[in-house]
Order: sequence, then structure tokens, then C-alpha cells
Amino acid sequence: MIDSWIFIICAIVAVVCGFNLVLQKHPIASALSLIGVMGSLAVLYLLLGAEFLAMAQMIVYGGAVMVLFVFVIMLLNAGTEKASTKSWFAQILGLPLLLCFVGLLAYLVWGVLPPLRDVDFGSWVGGTAQHIGELLFTTYLLPFEVISVLILIAILGAVVLARREIE
Amino acid sequence: MNFFIVSLIKIVIVFAVFMTTLAYLQWIERKVLAHIQSRTGPLRVGPHGLMQPLADVFKLLTKEDLVPPYANKFFYLLAPFIAVSLALISISIIPFGPAVTAAGYQTFEQISDVNVGILFILAIGAVSVYGVALAGWSSNNKYSLLGGLRSSAQMISYELPLTLVIVSPLLLANHLSFRSITESQMGYYLGFIPRWNIFQMPFPQIFGFIIFMIAGFAETNRLPFDLPEAENELVAGFHTEYSSMKFACFFMSEYANMVTITCVATLLFLGGWTPLFPAPYSNWVPTAVFVFAAIICFFHAIQPARKRDKYTFPVFGVMFLILAVIWAIPIIQRFLVPPWWFAAKAGALLFTYIWVRGTLPRFRYDQLMHFAWTFLFPCALANLLLTALLVALVS
Repeated sequence: MIDSWIFIICAIVAVVCGFNLVLQKHPIASALSLIGVMGSLAVLYLLLGAEFLAMAQMIVYGGAVMVLFVFVIMLLNAGTEKASTKSWFAQILGLPLLLCFVGLLAYLVWGVLPPLRDVDFGSWVGGTAQHIGELLFTTYLLPFEVISVLILIAILGAVVLARREIE
Repeated sequence: MNFFIVSLIKIVIVFAVFMTTLAYLQWIERKVLAHIQSRTGPLRVGPHGLMQPLADVFKLLTKEDLVPPYANKFFYLLAPFIAVSLALISISIIPFGPAVTAAGYQTFEQISDVNVGILFILAIGAVSVYGVALAGWSSNNKYSLLGGLRSSAQMISYELPLTLVIVSPLLLANHLSFRSITESQMGYYLGFIPRWNIFQMPFPQIFGFIIFMIAGFAETNRLPFDLPEAENELVAGFHTEYSSMKFACFFMSEYANMVTITCVATLLFLGGWTPLFPAPYSNWVPTAVFVFAAIICFFHAIQPARKRDKYTFPVFGVMFLILAVIWAIPIIQRFLVPPWWFAAKAGALLFTYIWVRGTLPRFRYDQLMHFAWTFLFPCALANLLLTALLVALVS
């Protein structure tokens, strides 16, 4: 009972924050809305029993990545954005086209998804750090290592680019 | 139903003790700093300035609450709220003692035992940067902005060695929950050396402990790493524009973060609530310490340095004796001795915090970054590699 209520509240918060992210004019407000989305998603993961994923979401996305976003926005001192003058095309056809697009997307995703079942909160085990660690080092070893090397290359690339600028 | 009532009782107890600690930590800090600098510290309000925290709270509450006209008002008000609420949350998963049975109901001396406790602490730490960063940015003041930027850069940098060094005790404990980590440190080598992680075979975590404490100083923005609020450069850093209760929120969050980081250090490296030496004797250490404190009080009452010491010190002596008697009752010992050991270790670390503040000069900002990335980070990495290698070889 109580997990359904937590789910409803967090789902609403996630959707509202998602809209807010697009609607806000100030970059900092948008960034904070994104943190709100990530936080409520972490609670949803927690409800489903994926405790490690929830905490990783908060540490990596909510913490490290978004702090860098906020840091850069503050450093560049980006101000409030002005609303662009709307074209007649966007004014008339914008909303109907958006609805069509979202409808089409929903239809396609609906076809791909397996048939819907009732979700039983807390019944799934397999989200602990131990389970995920075992999977990462057995079944998904190759993708895991490939991604590590890829990220290492990206870091080296960033260092090379930053160095050239200083010289 | 029992669960809710017991949880409520535990929350009330932990909250009351935590809040008192926060208030008196500041009194202790001022006293210790004063004695390091050959002063007497707060002395006027109450005996030996013991009522000073109360007076400070009234002062802060009655000050004028200013909002700068060009501040971004929403974020300006949000920042202290984020800072203080995140700082106070972490205490809820810290275990203070083992499982106890009272009136047929078994419970832990802890508000809740989270499976991924240490990750929870890290997540809270990662998000709490926003309080400081937002405060600095929304005040619309160059000093505040510089303080906020410095703080976020510093906290990101020092989070790396902190996180890496936490992994090593986790490798020894093989679990992420604080309760299991502490339980893995129970027992003694040769009957008297505790199996705390700083002594734990195959690789004692003594270096890990030192790195953790250094990084912890930086994470909590304390001296010698308090660059975000360096007075001679930035007035008061990120909270320059804050006054009254909003300033008190930042103040409280700083002390709460200090308490949290010392609690985590105690749990990860110093064996949590496990005593220094085996059980039948260690149960009487609290009593012995309180009796010793009472004797000191009575001694000073006989030889008063000031006139009123004749009246105040006997009162303190009697209070310490009452505490000694409480800790000597065998039924109560089961509940109170483990938290006493926990508090003693965390208190010693808190004292180190204050001691360092009184004795070390502040870093320069480039030195601070250099230190984090070129010394602390490789050290933490080497510590982790050695621990992992030895743990793999032994198991």
C-alpha cells in the first residue's frame, strides 16, 4: 500500500521535474530540475529492489555529472535566456505535430514491449551489489572491459585537447 | 505496530543526542581553541560558559533576516535548506551498538540498517555540494560565487581519494552495510590486539585511515582546507550574504558533516562500537573514566583557581559520579557500554579536528588541488591495489 503511494508521488515528481527542465528559462533551474528527475528515478529503482543502481544513480548522475554541469553554468555565468520570436509555422503546427510524434513513438514502443504485468514491489532480488558485481565479471565481462577502455580513451582525448589550448 | 513505536523512540533519542552534540561541539571547539591559544574561551554565560550554545541560538534567532535585493530569491532560500537537511539525514544509518533485546523485542541500536549504507553516505555527500554551490551563486556576490566555485571544485577533487580509500576496508569486510562492516572487525589477535581495520590482517589500513581523515577534512571544508570561506581572501566565502537562521543552517550543517565523517571513520577503520580490549574488563572502562573525571573535579574544587570554582566543580563531580554509577549497573551496561565506546572513538576524532584547526595554517588554493591530485589520489590508489592483492592472495 505505502509503496504504491511512494511510487505515485515519485513518478509525478519525475514528470513535473522533466517538464520543468524544458520550461525553465534559467540554465541553473533546468539543471536542478534534472537533478530532481534523477533523484525521483533513484527512489523508483529503490522501490523495485535495485538498491545498488539507485545509489550509483545518485552518486554518479545526481552528484558528479550534475555538479560539473552546475559548475560550468556558474563559471560561464550564463543568464536567463530570452524567448525566441515564434514563427507562424511553429505557432500553428507545433503542438499537433508534437502530439503526433509522441503518439507514433508510444505506438511503436508499445508494440516492442512484452505484454504488461502487475508489478509487485520488493519481490525481485538481484539488485544487490553482490549480484551486479558477479554479473559484471562473468556474463558481461567483455562489454564492461570495452566500456572501461573507451572511457579511458575519452579521458586521454580530453587531456590532449585541454593541453593544446594552454600552449 | 511495535516496529513503528520502537523506531519512533530510537529516532527521538538519536535526534536529541545529535542536536545536543551539535550545540555543545561548538562550545567544546571554542574552549579547546582558546586553551591552545592560552585564553579561557566562553566563560560568562553559565558556569564555565556552559550556557553559551543556548545564548548563541537566541542571538542567531533574533538577528535581522536579510535577503540581498539582487539575489535569486528562490535559490537563495533553497540553499541552506538543502545543506542542513542533507547533513542531518546521514546520522539515520549510523549503528551505535549491537542488537539488543528489550521487553522481548529485539532491535538494533541504529535507526535503520541499510544494505548499501556506505553508498548511501557517499550519495548524500555527492548531492550536498549543491547547498554550498547554490548559496554561492544565488547571493549575487563575487566573494560568494568564488567561495561556491572553490567549494564545488574542492569537494569533487577530494571525493576521489575518499571514495577510493573507502573501498579497501570494504574489501576486508566483504559487505556494504555498516553493521556487517563493524561485525567483521570483532575479535582480537593474540587475545588483546583488536581486529579493527587499522590493525586488520592481511593489510592494516593505517595509511587508509590517514588518507580518509585528510580527505574528510577537505570534504567538510574545515581548516586547513577551508578555502571556500577563507576570511582573508573571500570575507566569509559562500555564506557572506547569509544572516540569522539561514546562517545558522550552514553552521549546523558544517558541524553535522563533521560528526558524520568521524562516525564513518570510526565504523570503517576503528571497529565501531567494539571495545579496545576484551569484554569483562572493557565493560568497566566507562565507569573508571567517569570516576577519574569526578576525582579531577573534586581536586579542582579543593584548590579553586577562581572563586566560583568552589561551588561549580563539586556539582560537576557529583554529576560524573552519577554517570559512573549508571554505567556500573550490569543490566544497563548491555545497552550503554557499546555506544560509549563508539562515542569515545568518534569524540577522539572530533577532538583531532579541533586540534588541527588550532595548530595548522591554511593551504593555498593551488597547493590544495596539487595535493589532492598528485599526492593523495595516487596514495589512495596504491593502498587499494596493495589491499586487493593481499586479500586475493590470502583468500
